[in-house]
Amino acid sequence: MAGSDDGRLTVDDLVAWMFRFDERIAAEADRLTALDSAIGDADHGTNIARGTGAVRKRLADAPPDDAGALLKSSGMALVSTVGGASGSLYGTLFLEMAKSVGPTPELDTAGLADAFRAGVAGVVARGRAEPGDKTMVDALQPAAEALSAAAEGGRPIVESLREAAAAAALGRDATIPLVARKGRASYLGERSADHLDPGATSAAILVQALADARSERIG
Amino acid sequence: MKKFIDAPSEVLADALKGVAAAHPELAVDFADRVVARANPKPGKVALISGGGSGHEPLHSGFVGPGMLDAACAGEVFTSPTPDQMLAAAQAVSTGAGALFIVKNYTGDVLNFEMAAELAEAEGIAVKTVLVADDVAVEDSTWTAGRRGVGTTVFVEKIAGAAAEEGADLDAVHAVATRVSENGRSMGVALTSATLPSVGKPSFDLPEDEIEMGVGIHGEPGRTRAPLTSASEIAETLVSAILADHDFTGAPVIAMLSGLGGTPLIELYLMYGAVASLLEQRGVTVARVLVGDYITSLDMAGCSLTLLRADDEMLRLWDAPVSTAALRWGV
Repeated sequence: MAGSDDGRLTVDDLVAWMFRFDERIAAEADRLTALDSAIGDADHGTNIARGTGAVRKRLADAPPDDAGALLKSSGMALVSTVGGASGSLYGTLFLEMAKSVGPTPELDTAGLADAFRAGVAGVVARGRAEPGDKTMVDALQPAAEALSAAAEGGRPIVESLREAAAAAALGRDATIPLVARKGRASYLGERSADHLDPGATSAAILVQALADARSERIG
Repeated sequence: MKKFIDAPSEVLADALKGVAAAHPELAVDFADRVVARANPKPGKVALISGGGSGHEPLHSGFVGPGMLDAACAGEVFTSPTPDQMLAAAQAVSTGAGALFIVKNYTGDVLNFEMAAELAEAEGIAVKTVLVADDVAVEDSTWTAGRRGVGTTVFVEKIAGAAAEEGADLDAVHAVATRVSENGRSMGVALTSATLPSVGKPSFDLPEDEIEMGVGIHGEPGRTRAPLTSASEIAETLVSAILADHDFTGAPVIAMLSGLGGTPLIELYLMYGAVASLLEQRGVTVARVLVGDYITSLDMAGCSLTLLRADDEMLRLWDAPVSTAALRWGV
């Protein structure tokens, strides 16, 4: 029900999430690329923006009927357009979430928390990165934990998503002193410390975009 | 920075048009960004590689009889995607299976891994050889592991010749693995590289400094050092490689590749310095390539690759090859 916190995440909310993600990535693309330029290969913003643009176009052209189909369609668009490790990892996040939710019209906090945890587990398995390796996992894992804790505590979905976004932001900022152990930044060794990780930064944007998109529906 | 560009976002697509126009013997799939042999040889193991663009002639310049069957082109410095690799496998596999030749970068590894799962699901047998030959990456336990650089060219040539002769997937995979395990590389950059979509150098490198142990994606290297003489730079490259693997007592194939922005006269000068160092240290070079074979856009610099070969590798190296960038015996 629009206009109140009905505790649900509908297909429209998920579409709004993807659109918001695309807007935020487009706005932050240059900054993401600048972060990547310091410790990677200077293309993270460009690549992610190409992918979120493709997701937006795909969802606008062929709006999926259920949450699982939407997440799968978004994941496939990311895998096939982003390239690099990010494409495969963001794609895996969405494809694993899609498998977890299945053909349902809407999710509650617990369903979303389960799906997000499954997605993050997929990212960890595919990328073989642990928390603390200075990767997107450093933002995603705390967000997944915050979401699960909120679901267990029976908190409303908007509040749960705000907590997840705050946890992702903290995890993102905690990558600054870390020495990278995975991905291209790892080649720099100690020189990768004192830099914000671009993957954790875009992952925090992803979580924030969901919190923003869902809280806007409340008005 | 001045570059030949119509539209920054269309650089790869526009370059592929040029590849198709220049090489009618190749089939260019513009939608999937796959460059393939127009007429795959029936019953032959299909050799498929790919990677980010910006390293030309790697990989599309090595597609043709005696080398690769298909190359997937990613965006500049960005791995291609699983759907591209699957399209390549479907286009060129003729029932004998496919060998994926993958440079060890996280993106390439993850995407080829997804592609292998998809291809297997389509009934195409896939084996993968990973190239991780860059000795500049010292601590491979706490990094993504050694990068794949120049040895990739040797794997593509030698495994390509084996496949052309009719070796089966296991045999092609075995010789490819042997080449991968016996090749070592080290690179040095005099300047950074400029991505067409970014328009400014990937990292700042002052006029009087060089990046030792640089990768091929514009990422900084092992150490930054003061610019010194060519002979001293050659000494550093040779020493790092010889410290990592025994190259004595076997024929060696050497490649001194430019990184895209260094004139051939300087590459030959560097190779002269390298050759005399190798001779002093008892390394017998049997075959040599000097030129731009694996590049990093417009980066000035070079990368040295040595392969500890054997008689079979040498025979396969000498076998006929007919590609845009490597052609002999035909």
